[in-house]
Amino acid sequence: MGQLDLVEVSHTYHSKRGETLALKDINLQVNEGQFFGIVGPSGSGKTTLLSIMAGVLVPSKGRVLLNGAPVQAGKVGYMLQRDQLFEWRTIWRNVLLGLEIAKNKTPDSVAHAEELLRKYGLWEFRSRYPGELSGGMRQRAALIRTLVLKPQIVLLDEPFSALDFQTRISVAEDVHAIIKNEGLTAVLVTHDISEAISLCDRIAVVTARPATIKSIFEVSIDGNSLERRENPQYAAMFKRIWKELDVYAEDNVFNRTPSVS
Amino acid sequence: MQKITYSIEHRRFLNVQKRRTVVIRLLQAAVLVAFLGLWQILADAEVIDSFIASSPAKIWQTFADLCRGDLWRHVLTTLYETVLSFVLSFAIGTTIAVLLWFSDTVRRVAEPYLVVINALPKIALGPIIIIWVGAGIKAIVAMAILISVVITTINTLTGFISVSAEKMLLMRTLHANKWQTLWKLVFPANLPTVMACLKISVGMSWVGTIMGEYLVSKAGLGYLIVYGGQVFNLSLVMCATVVLCVLAALMYVLVALLEKVVNRCIGL
Repeated sequence: MGQLDLVEVSHTYHSKRGETLALKDINLQVNEGQFFGIVGPSGSGKTTLLSIMAGVLVPSKGRVLLNGAPVQAGKVGYMLQRDQLFEWRTIWRNVLLGLEIAKNKTPDSVAHAEELLRKYGLWEFRSRYPGELSGGMRQRAALIRTLVLKPQIVLLDEPFSALDFQTRISVAEDVHAIIKNEGLTAVLVTHDISEAISLCDRIAVVTARPATIKSIFEVSIDGNSLERRENPQYAAMFKRIWKELDVYAEDNVFNRTPSVS
Repeated sequence: MQKITYSIEHRRFLNVQKRRTVVIRLLQAAVLVAFLGLWQILADAEVIDSFIASSPAKIWQTFADLCRGDLWRHVLTTLYETVLSFVLSFAIGTTIAVLLWFSDTVRRVAEPYLVVINALPKIALGPIIIIWVGAGIKAIVAMAILISVVITTINTLTGFISVSAEKMLLMRTLHANKWQTLWKLVFPANLPTVMACLKISVGMSWVGTIMGEYLVSKAGLGYLIVYGGQVFNLSLVMCATVVLCVLAALMYVLVALLEKVVNRCIGL
């Protein structure tokens, strides 16, 4: 048993037009301290999977266990696509949002928030508004907003997809370093294979809807995300996952493997 | 603050801009002066009948007489009614919007009724209001509230519902309850909507108050206008209308200023 276990999880969405099977028989085990990646084509129900892990969505079938027990409020942190910082709050008050909601604004927890901001270089910007910060800093602030609640596990839902390519690589490295530094377990959902390889220890490839686990890769490349991108094994890994993902195989005339970005 | 030195080109550009603004202000004033002047000349030359069309001089004379008389009583009455109905319709409209936001079921049940009430010309309810609440200030305020409360409710509710789904998801991942979502996300996110709504509401309150005064009143600018019309004192009608214009504009400017201050406070 891992830190986070998904046992036979299936989920169906119901609407007036009919029902959609989004997830089918998902079994996953995420171990403590692992950076776990989930890669799949767009619209394959990856976000549904994260919502279920976060306890925001109750699956139609199956169980989610955190340390062998059902998920409780505050134990799982969630980082969304785009930072979703509140424009009308300063960085400091954005970071404290979770504590206010959990009614846990104690001197201890506030001091912890301050420590995180100092440690990750946002303390001087605490009285700025999100609009005044760069995309990378905003994303870091969003991560700290999650970390302030002392989660055991952090879920990342394509948190870099809204950033331009240059920023994306450095922000991903930032987030990776912070999570490793805090000794947290993380689950990253992405459609970007290179991002997954450069950040994750383990990668699960999911199929198009309904999402099922197709295969799981161990990433044996060491180092931070930039070093990983330069490792010779990186390209080989990319090709294996690309083939497994099989995204364009059906409609690509040349059926070729693309060059590694 | 450090002084920024611009290039000659940029300074020339700024000068042109400044000159344009001055020209536009002058033209705006000229239009008013020309209009009043022409009106006065035509009235003096008896091209137009000043008994029906009045004239700026006559209006000014009426205004001066009224100032010595009981203009203030009329102005204060109308202001009191307008401000009261403005505040009440804002409070009531926002409260209803919050209730409808809270319950999806209630919102769906209420929807057709809101649509019908919004479409109804509220003046049609005049007789009912007078019979229910009695003639007098109460009836006027009731009429004004009816006119602006529905639009306030609908605009505010639309704003509440259009808070981005992703921000709502964020609140859910933080396990916020509905009240917390309302206070920490929906209200602050909608402050700009509410402020814009207030600007519409100011106009609506004036419409409602004057309409109410047309129906039942013993004082107020609406009363002066109706009274002036009945005794064929067009100077009185126009004088009251001008005072009304000035007051309505002032109130609008006040709300617009409030909007600016609020927007700055929330960092927009």
